[in-house]
Amino acid sequence: MTRNETVDVLIIGSGASGAAVAWSLAETRMNILCLEQGDWTRPTDFPANGRDWEARRYGDFAISPNERARVTDYPVNDADSPMKVANFNGVGGGTIFYTAHFPRLHPSDFRVRSLDGVASDWPIDYWALEPFFAENDRMMGVSGLAGDPGVPARDPPMPPIPLGRTGAAYARAMNRLGWHWWPSDTTVATTEYDGRAACINLGHCTPGCAQGAKASTDITYWPRALRAGVKLRPRCRVREITLNEHGMAAGAIYYDADGAECFQPAEMVILAANGIGTPRLLLNSASARCPDGLANSSGLVGRNLMLHPWPQVSGYVAETVDGGRGPMTSLWSKQFYETDPARDFVRGYTLQFARGAGPVAEAVDSLAAGRLPWGEGHHRAFRALLDHRLRIGIACEDLPEAHNRVTLDPELTDSDGIPAPKIDYRIGENTRRMMAHGIARATEIMEAAGATQIGVSPTLNSPGHLLGTARMGTDPEHSVVNPWGRCHDVRNLFIVDGSIWVTSGGVNPTSTIQALALYIADRIKQRLATLFDPG
Amino acid sequence: METSQDSGLSALEIDALRRLAGVLIPPDAALAMPGADDPDILADLLATLGRDQARVQAALGALLAAGFAAAAPAEAETLARSRMATAGPEAGTLGRVILQCYYRDPRVLRALGQDPRPPFPGGHVLEQGDWSLLDPVRARTPFWRDDRAGAA
Repeated sequence: MTRNETVDVLIIGSGASGAAVAWSLAETRMNILCLEQGDWTRPTDFPANGRDWEARRYGDFAISPNERARVTDYPVNDADSPMKVANFNGVGGGTIFYTAHFPRLHPSDFRVRSLDGVASDWPIDYWALEPFFAENDRMMGVSGLAGDPGVPARDPPMPPIPLGRTGAAYARAMNRLGWHWWPSDTTVATTEYDGRAACINLGHCTPGCAQGAKASTDITYWPRALRAGVKLRPRCRVREITLNEHGMAAGAIYYDADGAECFQPAEMVILAANGIGTPRLLLNSASARCPDGLANSSGLVGRNLMLHPWPQVSGYVAETVDGGRGPMTSLWSKQFYETDPARDFVRGYTLQFARGAGPVAEAVDSLAAGRLPWGEGHHRAFRALLDHRLRIGIACEDLPEAHNRVTLDPELTDSDGIPAPKIDYRIGENTRRMMAHGIARATEIMEAAGATQIGVSPTLNSPGHLLGTARMGTDPEHSVVNPWGRCHDVRNLFIVDGSIWVTSGGVNPTSTIQALALYIADRIKQRLATLFDPG
Repeated sequence: METSQDSGLSALEIDALRRLAGVLIPPDAALAMPGADDPDILADLLATLGRDQARVQAALGALLAAGFAAAAPAEAETLARSRMATAGPEAGTLGRVILQCYYRDPRVLRALGQDPRPPFPGGHVLEQGDWSLLDPVRARTPFWRDDRAGAA
């Protein structure tokens, strides 16, 4: 096995959180290395460059690693879950493949036990993260509009994405109902921003932005981190983290691009491999000293998986709207976000208003939903669908439940022979009630918009956010990391990704994942002299 | 025209695919829409099967085993519709590859009023819209829950 030179900080994963923590720690002048199992993605690689731009979403740019099945992906056994997993394995991680919707958790999300009597409070609050939200907004480049009465004040540095015809249709419907709506915060650049070109409405944001208008960490944090001296080594897949004789992390064993086994020693290790990759790695790092997996004395590594069930309601209006010509993200509504005692569930959800789809996606979706027939009648039916679609996503808070978990599959492996993760997941009763409420409200909105052919998506295959599987807390018996991301069991091992979330909120998680990573990096910098001390 | 060697499909499978595509998406002269069995669309389909080849072959095999090749037109249509509706993920893949090649054909896109080009680099124009629609929402008082001591 090749043994590399020791580094001060080893970061595993280069996505939303790994990039943020690398950039933040760079100012310490420590020797920092990031190992990433995937590749860099070039702008010319993205589907929007070619005539097969829609087809590639079902192939090498599928959001599911099982469908994408690149050599750099690892499979996930999700047979025992009604929800499937979304990720991307490459420099930038999931930010290559997100919709760029950028809401923050609300203050109440950190206080679910105190306010609503469910789950657990976080050991930190919104206000501790607030300066890091703002810093992250500047680094990623957020477009939006200040003044939203549904969320705490913030000041997006760029104007919002245009309403468009679709947004106006939603707005009129919401005003008829008297319900809240607001232009979403997104990381789509609406003006030139920090070297990024402005959005030109390719309309195909999720599988990567050929224009470079969507902020992914390969074009935001990483260029700055690399210029500051951080090293990033792609195509290096970590198999396990090893311990030294003192029970401290010694480094990581990984396979390089040629499949050669290497050992990377490090003074400290930071895991940023997402809510499935991180518990997978901890469980694969079991040893005689920790037979149930690394940092797992609580037994909570892999448990409390939260995936954000996200029903979608579609409807079709007579007028021609934007279709797939513009960013999918448009508006949000916080009308039903906070707990209302009059409902039969606690907590709440964001309504996310999306534009339509391109011709192929519209046809595939509509065929699956039974709206589009084969044979005679196909063409006339399709003309009533394409560019007439409204689509509302219901981002439901998913409460933590211990039986929802990540384990290691006994047979399935990745291309390097490393055991793959298996997820076991059921949608909780509170969430089911919330979903039903959200579907009913979204249906009302569709009706207020004059839509017909209103229907609920037959699948829950997206987005599959990955949260909660190495939760933070003050009590080592009931959490994996402390309130600043350090593992209770291994004092030089930190986790900064979505694993450490205590609850999920009802929003896309990337903004809060990154703010939390910046917060932890700041705590590390404040404690450098005593970083590994007990307590 | 693609050959069976190019696509990995046998001549029998290609014939079945052509017939199936024409049944599922027939031409409509009034709307200037070709059928999905159009030679150029079929050639695109065969040239780009790629990772979908095995599932497509499985779906076509099931169709052929049910007598699709010898079926009279009306019977073939009934058979095609029922198989595509009930035959599982293989049929789903077959339907999707037909749709993804059909709805990128330049003639089809033009007939639908779409620009037959990839999104980049041309992009699209998105109307700014009437932001005065937001005025009633701006007038609302904040309603997110403030968890700080002393907050309402």
